[in-house]
Amino acid sequence: MLRACLRGADAAARVRRPSHLYHVNISVSGAAKVVTASLLTLGGGIGGTILYAKWDHKFRAAVEKNVPYSDRVFGLALGPASQDVGIPVKKQVSMDSQKVLMMWFTNVVICSNSCNFSNLLCFVFVSHSEASTEATHIISAISEVQSVPAPCDTKAATAKAVSVSLEDSLASSAKATLQAIGAQEAALQAITQHSQKLKTAMEVAPQEKSTQWKDVEAALSDRTCAVNDAGTALLKANEALASLKTVINKSKELKIAAVRPLVLAAEENLHNMVVDLDKVITQVQTAESEAKIVSQYSELVREAKQQFEREVSSLTPEIQANWKGLTGKLSVDDLNALIAHAHRRIDQLNRELAEQRVREQIHIDAALEQQKMEHQNTQEKAINTALQHITEDARLERERKLSELREVMEAEMRTQLRRQAAAHTDHVRDVIKVQEQELRAEAEQVLSSKTLEMETRYRQLSQEQLDNFTLDMNTAYARLKGMEEAIDSHVVAEEEARKAHQLWLSVDALNYTIKTADAESPCLPLESVAQVVKDSCHNNDFALALSSALPEESLHRGVYSEASLRARFNSLRPLARRVALIDESHNSLYQYLLSYLQAALLFEEKQQAPPAQLSSEDLDPFRLLSYANYCLEHGDLELAAKLVNQLRGEARRVVEDWLTEARLTLETRQVVSLLSTLDWCRICMRAV
Amino acid sequence: MKLRVENMADEHGQKWDRCLADTAVKTVTGLGVGVVFSVLFFKRRTWPISFGSGLGLGMGYANCQHDFRSPYLIHGRMVKVRTRCSVCERFLT
Repeated sequence: MLRACLRGADAAARVRRPSHLYHVNISVSGAAKVVTASLLTLGGGIGGTILYAKWDHKFRAAVEKNVPYSDRVFGLALGPASQDVGIPVKKQVSMDSQKVLMMWFTNVVICSNSCNFSNLLCFVFVSHSEASTEATHIISAISEVQSVPAPCDTKAATAKAVSVSLEDSLASSAKATLQAIGAQEAALQAITQHSQKLKTAMEVAPQEKSTQWKDVEAALSDRTCAVNDAGTALLKANEALASLKTVINKSKELKIAAVRPLVLAAEENLHNMVVDLDKVITQVQTAESEAKIVSQYSELVREAKQQFEREVSSLTPEIQANWKGLTGKLSVDDLNALIAHAHRRIDQLNRELAEQRVREQIHIDAALEQQKMEHQNTQEKAINTALQHITEDARLERERKLSELREVMEAEMRTQLRRQAAAHTDHVRDVIKVQEQELRAEAEQVLSSKTLEMETRYRQLSQEQLDNFTLDMNTAYARLKGMEEAIDSHVVAEEEARKAHQLWLSVDALNYTIKTADAESPCLPLESVAQVVKDSCHNNDFALALSSALPEESLHRGVYSEASLRARFNSLRPLARRVALIDESHNSLYQYLLSYLQAALLFEEKQQAPPAQLSSEDLDPFRLLSYANYCLEHGDLELAAKLVNQLRGEARRVVEDWLTEARLTLETRQVVSLLSTLDWCRICMRAV
Repeated sequence: MKLRVENMADEHGQKWDRCLADTAVKTVTGLGVGVVFSVLFFKRRTWPISFGSGLGLGMGYANCQHDFRSPYLIHGRMVKVRTRCSVCERFLT
């Protein structure tokens, strides 16, 4: 039992645990999921940002600006930001390439004279502006000479091209000339150095002879190198100058005015370069000649020395071949031999000297002659070159003067022409003005006279016409006025008559309407007829007032006739008799009984003529009723109403309605009678 | 409502009609009540009958009289006359 229980508990626990674990697992896995998802998102975002920043530098700059410390992250991940990436680098590259190309082009211009200069230079010109298509242009310039772009054909472009070519060739030739001059000067230096060294070597003591001679040899080699360099440089310079000359000639052939001063300047420069070059060349030549003399002298000295050595060696062969000579001491024999040789030599030399002295003059003359010849040659050469230079100078000067003069002349001529043209235009303008004025005056005169004539005629005619017309109009108007007046008066009269007639008719209709009342019911409502009457009396205020004085009841409901009123009175009379005693103070039933008794017992005349004046006795109801009856029987509704009006108390209450009806009828009848009399009077007056 | 014209002349007659009818009814009713009372409470005596009928008749008579008097009755009202104080009015408003 216990075991079973435990088993059950275990099972329950087991069941519960997995669920708990499951729950925990779910919660744990849920949290982990969230964490991992967020981490992934963050990492993805950062990675994406870095990649995009790598691709787009503007984005990188924006992020670095807005997010702090992002520049460090980017620096770690991508490296420092490159400045000014994109177009400026290209421009830099293009600028460098342009410079290189320029150098190369100048070299090409200098070296290849046979190419089409204008084309090449045009391309040089073009390459300044088009940076991206340089390679293709270079290739086309070298391979296809004919591909010249269009702008080079225009005159301004040719002038510019010519000027550019001149400048280029000037620059190149100047460079070459400078180089040549430099080389020549270097050669000069080397020559003078060499001759100096030679001189010192010859004069100096024998101790340092070997070093001196080595120096001389070095100087000689230097001199030869320098002279060679100078020669090549000179050649180059000459070539450059020749090319410049050809360019100048070509530009002269084109005969473009704008280029002339440039050509002149180029020529001057050329001349100056040639002059400088010649100067340096002459200097070098003089130095060379001096060096030649010095070298000749040194050669002579060497020869003599060699001769002497040969003599000495021939005399004393053993000294040189023998090792004994090394001691430096000579034997007596040698010495004797040497002395003898020396004596002999002295004799010989004395003889030669005497001969020389004799032939001195002849030698001197010969040398002088030679010198003179040489001098003359050099002088001639110098004179020629100087002459050339001077002629060149003069020519250039002349050209310059010519061009200046030409300009001046041109300017003067232009001003003169302008003045002349201005004078001519002024003159022409004046003449035209004068003519215009004359013509205008004439025309105006004619026009004014004609218009005046026409106007006067027109006025005359119109005036005549107007007068006639006015006359006719006046007559017609007068007649019309007369007729109108007659008609108006007729119309007015007729109108009045018509109105009066209308009013009479309407009043008649009203009268008739009143009379056509039945015995019991009132007549027709008088509204329409009264409206007709109102319309008929147009401007008669009295009639209007009368027609509007009709009572409302009569208009809307109509009025009773006299006969009906009479009948009603007859029916009302016994009632009034019966309640004769009842009034405000006496109104109990007992009084009623008494009143009834009175009415039953009292007898009066049915009709009694009313007196002219009523006394207090006559105000008795019975008598009043009889008076009223009499008046009614005799058609005097008014008096009857007046008499009935004197009743008091309950009798009065009873006949109140009858009284109002009677009043209405009387009112209406009065108005109608007044209207009819008025109308009648008007008609009578009209008739009169 | 009938026109006034008709009523004024016939009013008298109509009043009498109403009056008589009303009186007759009241009398008979009173008589009846008297009879009932007499039979039930007063051991068949006559005085309740007469009393009842008299009561009815009297009531009818009074009604009749009132009806006939009605045009002359003045219905008055007590109207308090107040003198207005102008100062108080200004103060109040």
